[in-house]
Amino acid sequence: MRDRGWIYSGLGLFLILVTYPFWQNLRAGVTSKGPDLRRPAEAKQCVMPVSYMRTSHMDLLASWRENAVRDGVRTFQSADGQTYNVSLSGTCITQCHASKEEFCDRCHNYASVSNYCWDCHVDPRQAHGSAR
Amino acid sequence: MSNPKPEQLVQIDYRPPSRDWMNPAVEFRRGTFCYSAAAKNLEYLNLPNPREWQPFDKDWKLPPDWKRIVLEGMRDRLRKFRSFRLFMDICVRCGACADKCHFYIGSGDPKNMPVLRAELLRSVYRRYFTLAGRLFGKLAGARDLTEDVVKEWFYYFYQCTECRRCSVFCPYGIDTAEITMIGRELLNLIGCNINWVLEPAANCFRTGNHLGVQPHGFKDSIDFAVDELEEITGVRVEAPINRKGAEILFIVPSADYFGTPHYYSLLGYLMLFHEIGLDYTFSAFASEGGNFGLFNSHEMIKRLNAKIYAEAKRLGVKWIVGAECGHMWRVLHQYMDTMNGPADFLEVPVSPVTGTRFDHARSTKMVHLCEFTADLIKHGKLKLDPSRNNHWNVTFHDSCNPSRAMGLLEEPRYILRNVCNHFHEMPENTIREQTFCCGSGSGLGTDENFEMRMRGGLPRANAVRYVRDKYGVNLLACICAIDKATLPPLLEYWTPGVEVAGVHELVGNALVMRGEAERKTDLRGQPLELQEAVHA
Amino acid sequence: MELTSLIAVAIPYAAIAIFLIGFSYRIVRWSLSPVPFRIPTVCGQQKSLPWIKAGYLESPWTRMGVVARMALEILLFRSLFRNTRAELRQGPKLSYLESKFLWLGALAFHWSFLVILLRHLRFFLEPVPAFVGAIEAADGFFQVSLPVLYLTDVVILVALGYLLARRIWNAQARYISLPSDYLALALLIGLAGTGVIMRYFTRVDVIAAKQFALGLATFSPVAPENLGVMFYAHLFTLSALIAYLPFSKLVHMGGVFLSPTRNLANDNRARRHVNPWNYPVKVHTYQEWEDEFREKIAAAGLPLERQ
Repeated sequence: MRDRGWIYSGLGLFLILVTYPFWQNLRAGVTSKGPDLRRPAEAKQCVMPVSYMRTSHMDLLASWRENAVRDGVRTFQSADGQTYNVSLSGTCITQCHASKEEFCDRCHNYASVSNYCWDCHVDPRQAHGSAR
Repeated sequence: MSNPKPEQLVQIDYRPPSRDWMNPAVEFRRGTFCYSAAAKNLEYLNLPNPREWQPFDKDWKLPPDWKRIVLEGMRDRLRKFRSFRLFMDICVRCGACADKCHFYIGSGDPKNMPVLRAELLRSVYRRYFTLAGRLFGKLAGARDLTEDVVKEWFYYFYQCTECRRCSVFCPYGIDTAEITMIGRELLNLIGCNINWVLEPAANCFRTGNHLGVQPHGFKDSIDFAVDELEEITGVRVEAPINRKGAEILFIVPSADYFGTPHYYSLLGYLMLFHEIGLDYTFSAFASEGGNFGLFNSHEMIKRLNAKIYAEAKRLGVKWIVGAECGHMWRVLHQYMDTMNGPADFLEVPVSPVTGTRFDHARSTKMVHLCEFTADLIKHGKLKLDPSRNNHWNVTFHDSCNPSRAMGLLEEPRYILRNVCNHFHEMPENTIREQTFCCGSGSGLGTDENFEMRMRGGLPRANAVRYVRDKYGVNLLACICAIDKATLPPLLEYWTPGVEVAGVHELVGNALVMRGEAERKTDLRGQPLELQEAVHA
Repeated sequence: MELTSLIAVAIPYAAIAIFLIGFSYRIVRWSLSPVPFRIPTVCGQQKSLPWIKAGYLESPWTRMGVVARMALEILLFRSLFRNTRAELRQGPKLSYLESKFLWLGALAFHWSFLVILLRHLRFFLEPVPAFVGAIEAADGFFQVSLPVLYLTDVVILVALGYLLARRIWNAQARYISLPSDYLALALLIGLAGTGVIMRYFTRVDVIAAKQFALGLATFSPVAPENLGVMFYAHLFTLSALIAYLPFSKLVHMGGVFLSPTRNLANDNRARRHVNPWNYPVKVHTYQEWEDEFREKIAAAGLPLERQ
């Protein structure tokens, strides 16, 4: 039958497409090592447990934003009683994580998650040289 | 036995029964099934298991190893027909086909939903040919092949007219005609046929036509038509039969020379060919274009169809014209060239009158008369007086096969618009590719099946009723021999006051012939002026 | 640990293997049965006389026409779009009403599913290709909630819910439905449901999820810890679905391409279709016919081949 060539080509194309992740990763030498983060140098304790931060940091940041902007509450008390100033640039980046690129972006790029935090907030490093 | 009245028949309950469809029990109630094929017809055609039996008998006298025969037959056909294997596998039971079937609409019987008609076969396929069915049985929609299942197949595969309307709506194009054809082939393997299919097939094999008309009878019929035509028109036409060296072989369904209203279309053909001086011949052997083999098996299609090319070759014609007929054209368009071709001894059809080359038929070398006539009219080769059809207010019924197998939609309409003044279409969901079957196709047009025919024809008749009431339509034009035979009783039952005619009857009425006497009557012998007065 | 590596590693690999082999087997098996006759279901005017406008898409006569018809069928569910609902009223009067919900539901489900599958490539590729990001951005266009709500997540659940509800509440659909029809819907709803719950409610460590996915894709799988039960449920449902697919009606995803009533041109009389198993049959020849009716033919004055 003349159409078998078409059918097998179509099937071959389909198989190539569905197995793309396998051979593409092998070809490119990708491993499951994960993103290379610059971890905080001094701070040993985040405002919330690490496991919470990994899955739900956006909820915390969103509640910080709500509280600060709507109610003017600019401090946050963690479970161990320590009080932090509510500020993404000022507290999170400046005091602990040091770099947006080397902390936030590494994971966000890895998982292809875009965020709009930085549409408003300023990356302290970049702001340094500017007129502001 | 008296037939149910329309008011009773239309009380249709669409609620499915509480009984699971996997239960195969059917009741062979008079009026809803066709009688078995006579043993002599099976014997003449060398078909298996000839015997005396009837569907309502308890014992169907199946051969002892019937189950093995059926399963072997299935295996064989799964190997031979991709359509069959694929359609067994990919249905998702979405139900889009359900209310597209005229038998379901007319009966409310859920097993007339195309999806369930196919499931009757699919459930057996799953049981014996798929892993899931073998392992999980009923849970996977599989069931055993039992004698009751065979009876159920017989009931429902002879309750499908293979019209293919459901296939238009199916997202995968699943064609119930394929399922039914294969199903009937399987039944044929164990001798479960209906006489209304096999008697015509046996006749056709022997005499060349379904009606069993022998050569002298054929000649008489044609001669009679020539004489009658002279009375009506004053013109004596020639109608050559078995003439060697003619340019064109003309193939008609046998009903055209033996039944009414088909016969009036035959008169139209004869007038038309005379008027344009066509060099053609009939064949008294290839005296049937229709092919009841289509309703029995693929092999029988080929056996009955073979004579057409054989006669074309013997008579030395250049190409072939085929008259108005539905399933005949499914075979000619979709099967003939593959089965009995290539017709390399014929030439690409060229109209001798207009010079038009029918390139779309360059391989099969067979042209539909409506294509031929539409071309003549377009080129102004015919003198037409449409007012001679003024007593008719016409609608056009697309026959299943010319529409869904060929796409012959505009040609007949173009002809009708040129030969009559009053033409109205039925609602769009009931015409063209969505046309509804007459309810009697595929060999089901027999009297004992009357109730089921009326049920199946309800959607068609109801659409006719719409144009009858809205526009005063009194004539249904069509291009199918089975339509012409079965639509008159159908319309009389559901939609009285509408007659049935072939397109070429109306062409004949309108055709102004050289040297003709003043036309006093139409081709039916009804006075023209009187009728016009009545209509006015 | 035993159980997690079974669910996270052994079962997914087995499912992928079953899917690839099983699906290919089904396609090859279909391909081995020939198409003996050219049987398109014609839904438009044939190509005949030059002055009659032919239906290029509904009655294609060229390969491009067939490709276009198939594309409409596969991408937009053309035939399902025709759907009507017959209604018998007093009179009797039959009406055929517009009925596009099945088409809409089916289209919504299939397209959402495709978009969701493509979105998931972000877990399986590193770096993530730009088109995946573009699809995500479009899908999350409204930037509602955190994490951003994907439109397809809503659409697929609504569509699947409709398809299930239709099977349950529509009497005809319920009557024709088999257990396997519900199983397929249940697996899909389970898959989409666990995904939605994980993303919007219970949350998951997406970095760990991606590390796990890449481990699978590079054949160095590590059963992850701390991904939570919803992740395993999601993964297991997916495995069940793809392993079940080759044995189920879901093979229509491949079969639709092969349907001979759709993928053949309506050019039967112009190009001869060859049946590979065409075999000689017993026919009645002209000579047999002439011999049987010789006297009658002669008496009628018709010519004879042999006197």
